[in-house]
Amino acid sequence: MSTGSAEVDAPADVDQDVAGVAPRVQGRSPWLLAWQRLRRDRVAMISLVVIVLIAVIAVIAPVFAGITGHPPNQQYLQQGTTTAGLPVGPNGTFWFGADDLGRDILVRIAYGARISLGVGVAATLLTVAIGVVVGLAAGFFRGAVDTVLARFVDVILSVPFFLVAIALVSIAGPGLTMTVLVIGAFSWASVARIVRGQVLSIREREYVEAARSLGATDMRIMFVDVLPNVLAQVIVYTTLLIPVVIVTQAALSFLGLGLQPPTADWGGMIAESQNFYQVAWWFPVFPGLALLITTLAFNLFGDGVRDAFDPRSGRAA
Amino acid sequence: MTDRNPHPGASPADNPGHEATQATSETLLHAEDVRKYFRVRGGAGASRAEVKAVDGVSIDVRRGETLGLVGETGCGKSTLARCLTRLYDLTSGKVVFEERDISDLSRRELRPVRREMQMIFQDPYGSLNPRRRVGSIIGDPFSIHNIGNRKDRKAKVQDLMELVGLNPEHYNRFPAEFSGGQRQRIGVARALALRPRLIVCDEPVSALDVSIQAQVLNLLTDLQREFDLTYVFITHDLSVVRHVSDRIAVMYLGKVIEVAPTDDIFETTRHPYTKALLSALPVPDPDAADSRERIVLTGDLPSPINPPQACRFHPRCPKAQEICAREEPPLVPVLGDDGSHLTACHFPLEVGESLRPAVEATGPERGVTR
Repeated sequence: MSTGSAEVDAPADVDQDVAGVAPRVQGRSPWLLAWQRLRRDRVAMISLVVIVLIAVIAVIAPVFAGITGHPPNQQYLQQGTTTAGLPVGPNGTFWFGADDLGRDILVRIAYGARISLGVGVAATLLTVAIGVVVGLAAGFFRGAVDTVLARFVDVILSVPFFLVAIALVSIAGPGLTMTVLVIGAFSWASVARIVRGQVLSIREREYVEAARSLGATDMRIMFVDVLPNVLAQVIVYTTLLIPVVIVTQAALSFLGLGLQPPTADWGGMIAESQNFYQVAWWFPVFPGLALLITTLAFNLFGDGVRDAFDPRSGRAA
Repeated sequence: MTDRNPHPGASPADNPGHEATQATSETLLHAEDVRKYFRVRGGAGASRAEVKAVDGVSIDVRRGETLGLVGETGCGKSTLARCLTRLYDLTSGKVVFEERDISDLSRRELRPVRREMQMIFQDPYGSLNPRRRVGSIIGDPFSIHNIGNRKDRKAKVQDLMELVGLNPEHYNRFPAEFSGGQRQRIGVARALALRPRLIVCDEPVSALDVSIQAQVLNLLTDLQREFDLTYVFITHDLSVVRHVSDRIAVMYLGKVIEVAPTDDIFETTRHPYTKALLSALPVPDPDAADSRERIVLTGDLPSPINPPQACRFHPRCPKAQEICAREEPPLVPVLGDDGSHLTACHFPLEVGESLRPAVEATGPERGVTR
């Protein structure tokens, strides 16, 4: 062919769109494409609706109290417990039954949703924030920074979470803030690892080299070129982390390390039901179901988000 | 090649004769004994090997010319390009750009220099950030160097898009919405944004199919004429390099082994390796293809971790003699060539000399290889 082919003077770019076909040219961003894929995912959309519903329940929890006329911590020892002192089952007054102190389980579940979602989201955001910063720094700067941070991550990952949580709570005292901090402080390491791995591969891409050849600073490359390309992974991980955090929070409460009575929260309610589940099935079952539905919805939604961002990893199995 | 791009402007560098390796005012970029070694972590214990990707290259790039840099994969062309633009730190040697030594500048000090020298990358898919809109990618040089406000930038970017043959309406699109050729145009627009003097093109068309290659090459030559650009054009495709280059430098295992004006490289080939490389050029006429000399080199490209001593080509060279393994040939004019044609060979080829007899002696030649 020699140079013959190179001398063809094509009048117009063959691979060029003919101008005017689409008068309004609006690029479809990768985010938009992912959202469009997510929209077509039935399971994910149903899960999203469930999540929104739970959030609405959490927000309007006082409405439940208003309708039933039962504030969450009010003890109805007369109507809520039998003469033998056992909780009454679901009936017209107590739709989900009452607990051993005669409190309305439905109202307490609604209030408990506030704690679960609130802590779930807050602790997850804290976790992701720490993890992204550490992972980004370690992956981008490599060298000594990476070595130090990576060893630190190893240390965090090898700490027995519940033992340390018990120790911390016994020193600092239990509470909402404590729960968020404890979860955040010990969950970021896996986020950092994921982000670091991604950054290590992205920083070798040609577009990073291109930015460097244009004279971009490290900070600019990190936030303009690297971070947005890690973000999809981070979002996927975040949606899958929320249910884990919610369960962890419930577990801490169950162990008495989370929120203290009489605050309504799902883990605590399950813990209180331990002596009564043989005579009052509704006592553990309804808070347990609430926890199950919430985490399931988040997990299924997270799966959908993952598929939407990475269409190749279909849920074939 | 009759349609090769003539020099824009009347560069005195056109007349051969008074050319020397040292920097003159016609020299835009001057590299001196540039070396770049990469340390490799050996699999076996504490072996501390180094890949000598670029091993002592001296080369001048003159204002307004296109210098083609050819060689087979792994010969160090791309590494050299990244040394010249200081994307890499040099192991040793010197790079002088616009009469300023840039070999030891820090990244901060290099920033103003970056406005003057840009790169176009090989992979039109890898060199554009998939999460950013094309307008913002092409506008990067402006935002990095704080030029103009948002409105100015948009106008400038759209001008650039028009200049390289893209529809300015596609400003808000993402790279994934363009074809390979269009993406490479985006890369060209980005490189052109700050009106640099030098553009280093690292295999800018190798990833494109042939019809699109022609368009991108024509675009590059048009832009060179319009903006007085100087190109360093890296490729392994000889027909491409012949089409665009004023001069060609041939690299082998981290060294430049022959430099000459394009026609001289093809017509009075001096180095046996260049000869072999040229003989691999496809010929459109099958009869001519059958009758021409085709030189197939024996052996593989040696490892740049442990390159052959002295002349690096000697284990594979049909003309190699004892001195070739002992003494490294300097890069000098040979056989009465003028100063524009430099060859690093103890036994350079005469015009019309054939390498064929040596090729038939493939068997015994092998023994020398390993």
